[in-house]
Amino acid sequence: MSGLEIVGLHVSIGDRDVVRAVDLHVKPGTCVGLVGASGSGKSLTALASLGLLPRAARVTAGRILLGGDETVTPGRDRSAEVRGSGIAMIFQSPRAALNPVLRAGHQVERVLRRNGQRDDLTRRCVELLGATGLPEPDKIARLYPHELSGGMCQRVMIAMGIASEPEVLIADEPTTALDVTVQAEILDLLDDLRSRTGMGMLLISHDMSIVAERCESISVMRQGEIVESGTSWAVLNSPRHPFTTELVRDVTYRPGIESSPAPSSSAGPADGPARKDGR
Amino acid sequence: MSRTGAGFSAGRPDDTVPAGGPGRSARLRGELRRHPSLLVGGVLAAAMVIAAIAGHVAPPDNPLAINPGHALAPPGPGHWFGTDQFGRDVFSRVLYGLGMDVVIGLIVAALAFAVGAMAGIISGYLGGWIDDIVMRVIDIVMSLPPFLLALSIAVVLGNTVRNVVIAITIAYVPYLLRLTRSGVLTMRGADYVLGARAVGASRSRVMALHVLPNAVGPSMVQAALMVGWAILDVSGLSFLGVGIQPPSPELGVQIAQGASYITSGQWWISVFPGVAIILTVLAYNFLGDYADDKLRGQGS
Amino acid sequence: MRPLIEVRGLRKDYRRGGEVLHAVDGIDLTLLPGESVGVIGESGSGKSTLARCITGLERPTSGSVFFQDADVTGLSDRALRWFRREVQPVFQDPLTALNPRWTVRRLIAEPLKIHGERDVERRVDEVLRDVGLAKELMTRRPRDLSGGERQRVAIARAIVLRPSVLVLDEPTASVDMSIRRALLALLKRLQSEHRLTYLYISHDIRTVGETCRRTIVMYRGRLAEEGPTTAVLNSPGHVYTQTLISAVPRIGRASARPDRLRARPVSSQQLPDTGCLFAHRCPRALPECAADPPVVEITPGHRAACLLARRASRPP
Repeated sequence: MSGLEIVGLHVSIGDRDVVRAVDLHVKPGTCVGLVGASGSGKSLTALASLGLLPRAARVTAGRILLGGDETVTPGRDRSAEVRGSGIAMIFQSPRAALNPVLRAGHQVERVLRRNGQRDDLTRRCVELLGATGLPEPDKIARLYPHELSGGMCQRVMIAMGIASEPEVLIADEPTTALDVTVQAEILDLLDDLRSRTGMGMLLISHDMSIVAERCESISVMRQGEIVESGTSWAVLNSPRHPFTTELVRDVTYRPGIESSPAPSSSAGPADGPARKDGR
Repeated sequence: MSRTGAGFSAGRPDDTVPAGGPGRSARLRGELRRHPSLLVGGVLAAAMVIAAIAGHVAPPDNPLAINPGHALAPPGPGHWFGTDQFGRDVFSRVLYGLGMDVVIGLIVAALAFAVGAMAGIISGYLGGWIDDIVMRVIDIVMSLPPFLLALSIAVVLGNTVRNVVIAITIAYVPYLLRLTRSGVLTMRGADYVLGARAVGASRSRVMALHVLPNAVGPSMVQAALMVGWAILDVSGLSFLGVGIQPPSPELGVQIAQGASYITSGQWWISVFPGVAIILTVLAYNFLGDYADDKLRGQGS
Repeated sequence: MRPLIEVRGLRKDYRRGGEVLHAVDGIDLTLLPGESVGVIGESGSGKSTLARCITGLERPTSGSVFFQDADVTGLSDRALRWFRREVQPVFQDPLTALNPRWTVRRLIAEPLKIHGERDVERRVDEVLRDVGLAKELMTRRPRDLSGGERQRVAIARAIVLRPSVLVLDEPTASVDMSIRRALLALLKRLQSEHRLTYLYISHDIRTVGETCRRTIVMYRGRLAEEGPTTAVLNSPGHVYTQTLISAVPRIGRASARPDRLRARPVSSQQLPDTGCLFAHRCPRALPECAADPPVVEITPGHRAACLLARRASRPP
């Protein structure tokens, strides 16, 4: 059981390389963080592992393995066999990711059914919802997504994600749309599930502090490439790439310091984005 | 959706968008490639318009001239679409009738839009009991299928071109009114309306500059589609004998006049006007599709 | 120093179905010239409603808002025209807050045109430069800009009339962390260059911590705590504030943190309406919390509406 291995992944859209030579290894029971700005390619990397790339995108090189078996290579995509069972994913806007016309419980049951469970669906569904910390899960199961808060929707999505007891769970910006206290609860929940089920987790975020708090190793992605990666301790305490340094500096929490030193050159009109021709 | 760009200041990755852009003809070509509906619709509509103009300005033959000696001639070198039972050249008649129908369609759509959109804006803007009354009236009117409604009104008013236009317009106004009204209601709550108020814009300014332009979009698309529908309705009414009367070469009239000859083998009298109607309605449907695409591409 | 903005006993109720929602439930607030005051609150705290009431975009149910001693509560848009030149909001999501069909130039010029300013072109150029946007962007539309650029346009639009107060509602929420720092630096520079006063509303404690000298914490429409930012964030008196601070992600394993304090998860719909509104989620709630909480003055200027807050035994 070796979890999720991404080796030398290249993804292209048209003739543009949007993901270049990405290596990631998520071992069972560990949490790996992937940090980068929007558009850096981190979501595409995750989607590639599930075979859910947008139509215009293609894996052009590299391999993805789950539990030692190859699931994705440039020519062949067997990810459908493991999608939702061996490897699952949760997304950023929980309310948008849930089907608005189906009750919460029904959506969890669908996942269970797809993974071969026939009897006892309701009981197992309520069990799963309860495992995500939802109070009165039997009542929640009968509610529609619009009747639930953002945090509750995210828990439902997590229940759907762990229903199949996956080897690896990918969480793509799972808490960006949530309040900070709810964010902490959800991240606590994910930590807890990890230690109880032994699944590995890939935590993707643009917020270095979330990743710093929860992950044993961190990879920093910029413009399609991994520019730095290592144990959290190493990356946070002795970052080598200037981008990483910026990220770490941005999130060092200093409560209540009002006048932070003016960052080197980000004051004044030069602060605006520089222009560059070409895309 | 932000684009990861290149340059950044202070080592900070920022998203940038390149300046400048392609020239106008290049943009048009790109647009046509991305939206085939514009290409098809545009070409078809242009062809119909040219044909219609030619039909009025320089018809090959006088569409009304009766010529008993050449009656019921099949399509051939002299008469591309054949002749009808009175010896009239079908090709010229189709072109001429096309012109009539297209013009009627455009007038109906424009009138319905003007009246419907204005009423919808006022109703949505004023709200309250005025809006309630308007909506109930609309509900009543819309309980009848538009064609039946137009039929009833045309029967009551009489068989002139003017009355047909009025009848169909009345049938279409409710749809445009509702569309515009819901656009106004939606836009009223939009954040940028709040933003406009925040910088001091008066209510009328907010309505005119912010709400209106964004609210009328869907109804303009609908109006474009309605040109095609109006043509169908006009020819339908005329076919039934309720709309435009013979000897006017309106396409529906032509179809009616040729109907009894189909079984005896002279199909061309009815079929060619029918094809002309189909192509024109198709053209406006494509254009409406394109307008819809553009509308969805905007503002989100 | 006389306060620039004064809010007294502000209440705003909404009717939902048959029930009344007290979005803002008795808030007092003062803003002195040149200050940056932060309002921290999560969703449902009423902070955005508060912002709208202060900027005159909503009419409060009761209470008053004063600007430079003039009562501006619940006035019509027309009566507030002069007020709009002085107090400007900056909204959270510029994508929805800016008319998507307008160009940047038109968006920034609009306030000038409305108020009959001359020299519109020159002023627009000036303000674009001020917020660090390239001139070429003037002909673009909001959706063609990056998130950071869009927010700069929103800021430009807000300062073009030279207001004295900006009410910023989550100005950095829609951009990535990496852009946030640049935007905050911009706001800081603009504040000192143009002598602006900020009311900074956010759920992001970190940015409030970095920009505001004074902070208030809102929970379900009421004031939970207020005081100097360093005091509120470093020695929070209200348990809710303590859970907020504890929830802020930071470097270091979460599970091992000594000050780790979590609120109890909310169970469906019933939310209490009396006593301390946070009690049913409070990890340290006492039976006495069913009564209205006292306002405890921890140190002068630092107050918390919590039974468990203690007056500091020593002066700060």
